[in-house]
Amino acid sequence: MLFVGPGCNRGEAALVPAGVVGAAVCGQMGAMTMSIGEVDPGGIAHSERLARVAADPRYQKLVARRSRFTWMLTAIMLIVFFGYILTIAFNKQFLARPIGDGATSIGIPIGLGVILIGIALTGIYVWRANTDFDPIVRAIREDVEQ
Amino acid sequence: MIRSPSPRVGLFLFAVLLPTAALADALTGQAEQQATNWPAIMMFSAFVLATLGITRWAASRTKTAADFYTAGGGITGFQNGLAIAGDYMSAASFLGISAQIFADGYDGLIYSTGFLVGWPIILFLLAERLRNLGRYTFADVVSFRFAQTPVRLFAASSTLVVVIFYLIAQMVGAGQLIKLLFGLPYEYAVVIVGVLMTCYVLFGGMIATTWVQIIKAVLLLGCATFMALAVLWNFGFSPDALFGRAIEVKTGIASAAGASPAEAAEKGRSIMGPGGFIKDPLSAISFGMALMFGTAGLPHILMRFFTVPDAKAARKSVLWATGWIGYFYLLTFIIGFGAITMIATNPAFLEPDGSLRGGGNMAAIHLANAIGGDFFLGFVCAVAFATILAVVAGLTLAGASAVSHDLYASVVRKGQATSAEELRVSRRTVFALAIVAILLGIIFEKQNVAFMVSLAFALAASGNFPVLLLSVLWPGCTTRGVVAGGSVGLLLALLLTILSPTIWVSVFGYAEPIFPYTSPTIFSMPLAFFTIWLVSILDRSGRAAVDREAYVEQRVRSETGIGAVEASAH
Repeated sequence: MLFVGPGCNRGEAALVPAGVVGAAVCGQMGAMTMSIGEVDPGGIAHSERLARVAADPRYQKLVARRSRFTWMLTAIMLIVFFGYILTIAFNKQFLARPIGDGATSIGIPIGLGVILIGIALTGIYVWRANTDFDPIVRAIREDVEQ
Repeated sequence: MIRSPSPRVGLFLFAVLLPTAALADALTGQAEQQATNWPAIMMFSAFVLATLGITRWAASRTKTAADFYTAGGGITGFQNGLAIAGDYMSAASFLGISAQIFADGYDGLIYSTGFLVGWPIILFLLAERLRNLGRYTFADVVSFRFAQTPVRLFAASSTLVVVIFYLIAQMVGAGQLIKLLFGLPYEYAVVIVGVLMTCYVLFGGMIATTWVQIIKAVLLLGCATFMALAVLWNFGFSPDALFGRAIEVKTGIASAAGASPAEAAEKGRSIMGPGGFIKDPLSAISFGMALMFGTAGLPHILMRFFTVPDAKAARKSVLWATGWIGYFYLLTFIIGFGAITMIATNPAFLEPDGSLRGGGNMAAIHLANAIGGDFFLGFVCAVAFATILAVVAGLTLAGASAVSHDLYASVVRKGQATSAEELRVSRRTVFALAIVAILLGIIFEKQNVAFMVSLAFALAASGNFPVLLLSVLWPGCTTRGVVAGGSVGLLLALLLTILSPTIWVSVFGYAEPIFPYTSPTIFSMPLAFFTIWLVSILDRSGRAAVDREAYVEQRVRSETGIGAVEASAH
């Protein structure tokens, strides 16, 4: 007989032999494929695990640091881009001014600069996430998934 | 000789130049049919054969719903970065932005920056969380802790609305572009796009869609690199010499048109600074918001984050994508200025009245001819067609997953559908969408559909983005808040667009617009955020308590990936 538990049936691993693995496995698989808001009788173990992580000081520190960092980068990007857009709206002359005797205007390095800042911020985030955030996440996951 | 852009021209350029939009002339005017372009058709046939081969290979690997929607999560960060960049480096970016630079110089750069800066925002706030929470569609993420039925209904509807507006613009653009480039009749072109796109998606699912997009991205980057290098080589690799020559050419054209030397000099010089494109600050900010946040709400873009194995790969794919897209915009900038120096005074590429042969968006195409002759011209035309095809395939897949995964599997079957049933519905939807796309493409042939792409961006920024951001980041958010706020944002963006000059004046022919600005986003997006907040804090229902309580668990999964869907084994 196959046991088809609610929440276990959305993915490919829908059918779980009831007598063999039972609700605990269903809970794990169910959690992979369903949202928490649904009724999932097997998801209690998973829920407890998540609650344990939520109480972990390493997790709290990680969330606080990552959140501060991402909002800071977001703010920089918004200021740079909308600063550029507002300069265009209010002071076109400034951007059209030539650099020295050349043909190139100030607006060209500034416009390209906005693009480069976007790429650079992306790179900074990825670097920090790889070196700083990922090891913490890995440590938390190792403890919890044992 | 060079017409100065009227407000209306600027307006539809704005609409059309959004990523993956088709060409301004292609969308608005009746592109005149050219002589049949055999090198281009042969080159394009080679591309089609290669991609059909890939589709066959992909079909053998597309067995489950996960393979179909997300390539089994087996795309690497680098590959996904190229595919995302491919979604962005559309025919519009390539032909449209270089044409904009060819006509007005600096203004083209403003679009480029707007398109690029959405990506860092997606990375900082959404990319990894999307991967950790979602499975096939962005509705998975939004509905994670909420009541499934109302949220999925909203998300699927908004996905379909955005996808269909986008598809119409693509199909009409494709038909006109192909008529122009290949000399094929409009209906043929629309049907060819529809049939090929159906083959890719129906049989090859996300695996084929992704690889078609990757191949196209590589071809397009190669083409653009070659053209930019050829242009710079002419000027001893000095951009300043290139700009100097472009100013001379524009000055010469202005004085030939009868301008006084001072006026002509000013006209020539004007291509180095922002022109008439952005007028009032409010429209400027609204425009910037639609560009920046619209990207983060486009279903066919968001879906790409489910094709990688984990959050780390999602992060890496944004970095690659941003790098390629930035590089590509640098190339288009050079190509646009190169076109001024090599095309603008060459009678071979001009009509007797001095306008560009084949329409304003042909600048890069003529430049390809000037640089590499008929053979390279054919190659560039084929790449432009391939670009439209790849984007249309991605859109169709996004629409199909909304129907089969969100509407059928989650709402109708309450999560009881098997993978095979879901896949069957998905494939039928692809078929239906293809027929709808072909029909709408033919119906709208003579309509100005340029506003549809800007509308899709405004809708995505006003509906999907606020809903996604607050459901992921705000503990107090509730089911009712999300559905109410998202719907308000969508409807207001739709309404204001209809009342704006774009439709009210240009399409309906009224004298005065009721809503005076070109982009609704500055009003509709904040109102969506406000409505979600207000309805959520006033929500005292039992469901709201469940929604709020589940936030902690959702946050843990979104931050750590514990419990996230793994890549399926291949």
